[in-house]
Amino acid sequence: MSAEAGKFDPMHQFTVEPIAKLFAAGGREVWLTTSAVWMLAAAVILWLFMLGGMKRQLVPGRWQMAVEGFTGFISSMMSTNIGPEGRKYTPYVFSLFMFILFCNILGMVPFALGGLHPLTVTSHFTITGVLAVLSFAIVLVVGFWRHGLHFFSLFVPHGTPWPMIPFIAPIEFVSFMVRPFSLGLRLFVAMTAGHVLLEVFANFIVQSSGAGAAIGLPVGIASMALMIGISALELLVAGIQAYVFALLTSLYINDAVNLH
Amino acid sequence: MPQINQLAENWYFASQLFWLALIFGAVFVVIGLGMYPKIEATVDARDRKIADDLAAAKAAHASADGLEEQYRQQSDLSRAAAQAAVQDAKDKAARDAEKRLAKVDAELADKLAAAEADVSAARKSAMAEIEAVAAEAAGDLVAKLSGVKVAAADAKQAVKAVLHG
Repeated sequence: MSAEAGKFDPMHQFTVEPIAKLFAAGGREVWLTTSAVWMLAAAVILWLFMLGGMKRQLVPGRWQMAVEGFTGFISSMMSTNIGPEGRKYTPYVFSLFMFILFCNILGMVPFALGGLHPLTVTSHFTITGVLAVLSFAIVLVVGFWRHGLHFFSLFVPHGTPWPMIPFIAPIEFVSFMVRPFSLGLRLFVAMTAGHVLLEVFANFIVQSSGAGAAIGLPVGIASMALMIGISALELLVAGIQAYVFALLTSLYINDAVNLH
Repeated sequence: MPQINQLAENWYFASQLFWLALIFGAVFVVIGLGMYPKIEATVDARDRKIADDLAAAKAAHASADGLEEQYRQQSDLSRAAAQAAVQDAKDKAARDAEKRLAKVDAELADKLAAAEADVSAARKSAMAEIEAVAAEAAGDLVAKLSGVKVAAADAKQAVKAVLHG
């Protein structure tokens, strides 16, 4: 990746370190890993955050207002995308959105300054992929549960002329089947790319310190300025990707509930 | 790319799947099913309370308007009634005054008539007395002058003829 490959590897940050072996089942070992620790941290912080919103006052305080802002954001998204029936699926989409958001943001926090090495859980497609498959499975179950085999009419958009159906239906089918992959890969790629970029620019600052004041100072200052900008951008991406994941999940559930 | 390289490790995918299922499951149950509906219920309750309060305020405003209208009508009505009562009282007072005046007039006229009658009676009796006295005096005069005894009735007749011409 760089001139000193052994010393600097921007991909190393994504390595999941095993901490302790828990048990083995079916020939597979399950370990307590750094990934599990960061997921757990995100879940606990999310729980603490939500706990502040449980005061249930008529006139909310600041914290309760913040929590209600999040719940209101997701519930209004669900009701605009799906309609009143969307309320049933809001707890799932809300959990999904908040969990991904907290994992994304936790991976952005510079804990490394304290010696901890943060792992962005959502930069692993084994995590985002499973979540995407889970959303896709919910869409399939809800679709077939509500509409039976009529659910296949999803592949024939309204107003398609009869002769076009043999061409449109396979395309719709493929685009439908690609959904879990695009859903999972989008989040994984955005997180991975952002963190690689951050690491590369951070490394520029470190490397420029050894290049002398004439070259090192301008390069270091420019890289630092870029780092600040990219960090802000990555915070935005952390929110947007969680939102996109939740939004697409709600749109897919809408397909299953309302069939176009 | 460790995300791909580590797939070859025996523990990697199993651990990721296990912990994701455990932790996301817990998040879904505790936060999604436990906390989220309560927070939404709080928000809904607040929205309903605000809507109810607004409706109550609107109803109170409408009823206040109604009361004001009613009050105005009532006050108009009572003002008209008061004016009518004043007019009645005025009319009645005028009528009473007229009646009393008429009564007093009649009484005065009666008194006047009685007094006039008294006066004329008195004059009549006075006249009669004067006649009697004059007749006596005339009889006495005639007797004294001529020695002729005149009958009282004749004297009376003569006096009457002179007095009444």
